[in-house]
Amino acid sequence: MRKILSILALVGVLGFGATAQVYADESATTTDAAVVATPEAAAPAPVESAPVAAVEAPAAPAAAPACGDKGFDCNKGDTTWMIIATVLVTLMAIPGLGLFYGGLVRQKNMLSVLMQTFVIFSLMAVLWTIYGYSVAFTGGSPYFGGLGKAFLAGITPSSPAATFSKGTYIPEYLFVAFQLTFAAITPALIIGAFAERMKFSAVLVFMVIWFTFAYLPMAHMVWYWDGPDAITTAESLNTVVANAGWLWGKGALDFAGGTVVHINAGVAGLVACIVLGKRIGYGKEAMAPHSLTLTMVGASLLWVGWFGFNAGSNLEANGYAGLAFINTMIATGAATLSWMFVEWFGKSKPSMLGAVSGAVAGLVAITPACGFVGPMGAIVIGFLVSPICYFFVAKVKYMLGYDDALDVFGVHAVGGIFGALATGVFVNPALGGAGVVDYVTNGVAAYDFTAQMTAQITAVVTAIVLSAVVSFIALKVVDLLIGIRVSEESEREGLDTTEHGERAYHS
Amino acid sequence: MKFVSAIIKPFKLDEVREALSAIGVQGITVTEVKGFGRQKGHTELYRGAEYVVDFLPKVKLEVAIDDAMLDRVVEAIEKSAATGKIGDGKIFVFNLEQVTRIRTGETGSEAL
Repeated sequence: MRKILSILALVGVLGFGATAQVYADESATTTDAAVVATPEAAAPAPVESAPVAAVEAPAAPAAAPACGDKGFDCNKGDTTWMIIATVLVTLMAIPGLGLFYGGLVRQKNMLSVLMQTFVIFSLMAVLWTIYGYSVAFTGGSPYFGGLGKAFLAGITPSSPAATFSKGTYIPEYLFVAFQLTFAAITPALIIGAFAERMKFSAVLVFMVIWFTFAYLPMAHMVWYWDGPDAITTAESLNTVVANAGWLWGKGALDFAGGTVVHINAGVAGLVACIVLGKRIGYGKEAMAPHSLTLTMVGASLLWVGWFGFNAGSNLEANGYAGLAFINTMIATGAATLSWMFVEWFGKSKPSMLGAVSGAVAGLVAITPACGFVGPMGAIVIGFLVSPICYFFVAKVKYMLGYDDALDVFGVHAVGGIFGALATGVFVNPALGGAGVVDYVTNGVAAYDFTAQMTAQITAVVTAIVLSAVVSFIALKVVDLLIGIRVSEESEREGLDTTEHGERAYHS
Repeated sequence: MKFVSAIIKPFKLDEVREALSAIGVQGITVTEVKGFGRQKGHTELYRGAEYVVDFLPKVKLEVAIDDAMLDRVVEAIEKSAATGKIGDGKIFVFNLEQVTRIRTGETGSEAL
């Protein structure tokens, strides 16, 4: 009972904090609120004051732009593509990630893994619309956004969200939903590191803290900007850079989430598995995957869903989506092959687990690069990432003795770091890359290796440090509040029956 | 009466069943078992983690028969289960004291 109370208290504090800030914010921006107050925008309870404010407001200010206004084209092709992409990312998380991870644990912990991915996804979906979207995608400081769009205030079906082409927009609700799936799958990636031993309640509380203080700032720093239409001249570019997230302003390239998603989650996983400690019997008892069949099914769903993740990150159905699409296909193929050959030429056999691990490593590595590098660059990235990840999961992990149960660090952080750095190399048009769009000249910007790599390294280091510090503090706080690890007895018995009261298989 | 218990390679089960049916054996009980004999186990590698599997999957089949059938039954199993490689299994023969058919209450050879 005390356990439940402490969870409620924590969620409550976060929730009320957000609400209070929204009220504060609203009074400061009454004119903005007027835009929300369209009759069909049935305002949720916390924003009830908005319509009143609208009545009192003097003549309505210049209305916020809407889809369909001049210069704000929201076409049905892009809209349709983003609906599909969002569904695909949802497919990656549930069931893809759940089955991929689930097959890798022992039979007695299958449901705990499925449950954690499913519930984290649901929890983050709610938090994202309450305050996450606003913190990540509104201006404020270069490190943390504001609460102006908390509870999705001000967003209507006709609100436009910028893409990467001037004059082209997508409905903001879809942008919110698409980014929601990213925010929801990222914390779920972490659970692989501490699988088979963390308390379910502690998982949820940890995820709320980590999402708020690691994911949201990182997403804001890397992806928040005013959109291409805000850039017309060199001066306006400076204004955009000043308003944008810190790493965006530095010129760090991360097309679909190498730093925000993979390094961020991978490092959190490493910290979590070290703080929690090894599983009982680690290194002595057999902990072989209970169903590589389900792992293969999950990895395949990840691959399919990743087209939405990567090509969807282009936000439009155009040639760059095509580039991200083909890169996602071939880098993954190349990485599958190279992991298999590393095993085969080494002392083991070409294994199914090796093949799917390579595929996931390839998907991770191409994520930041997919809209920037050329197809041949993608193949090189794919071929190179697997041996590096293999070295970490099959050698470094045992040398250092940490129990990253499902190799979240070895695949996501290591693959993510490699991918982020490789993006800086292969974006170079001389190496077949697509280059970076210069919105002032509307051409491709000149490539500068040193500047680009400095930006990439800054982003990588920022993600590592931020995620490590937030994860460590969050775990310690949760440990003090409710304890992070299950009892030895429940761990031996398995989390399915002890934490969830069910069994995955009956025979 | 005799009770024959044989440990065989799982993929040989169908051949053994056919061979036993052909010589008139009326019923067989089959169990999936694990064990080790002279055939060593094998190692499995999962992302560099090596597990030694000592107990290999086998099939145990049990047959209750009249004394007169014993030689033919042992021969049938031996021939049909053999691959010539290590791990083909073993055949154990026990004396069987009593048999009862539950439905009718018949006992002894009548119940086989």
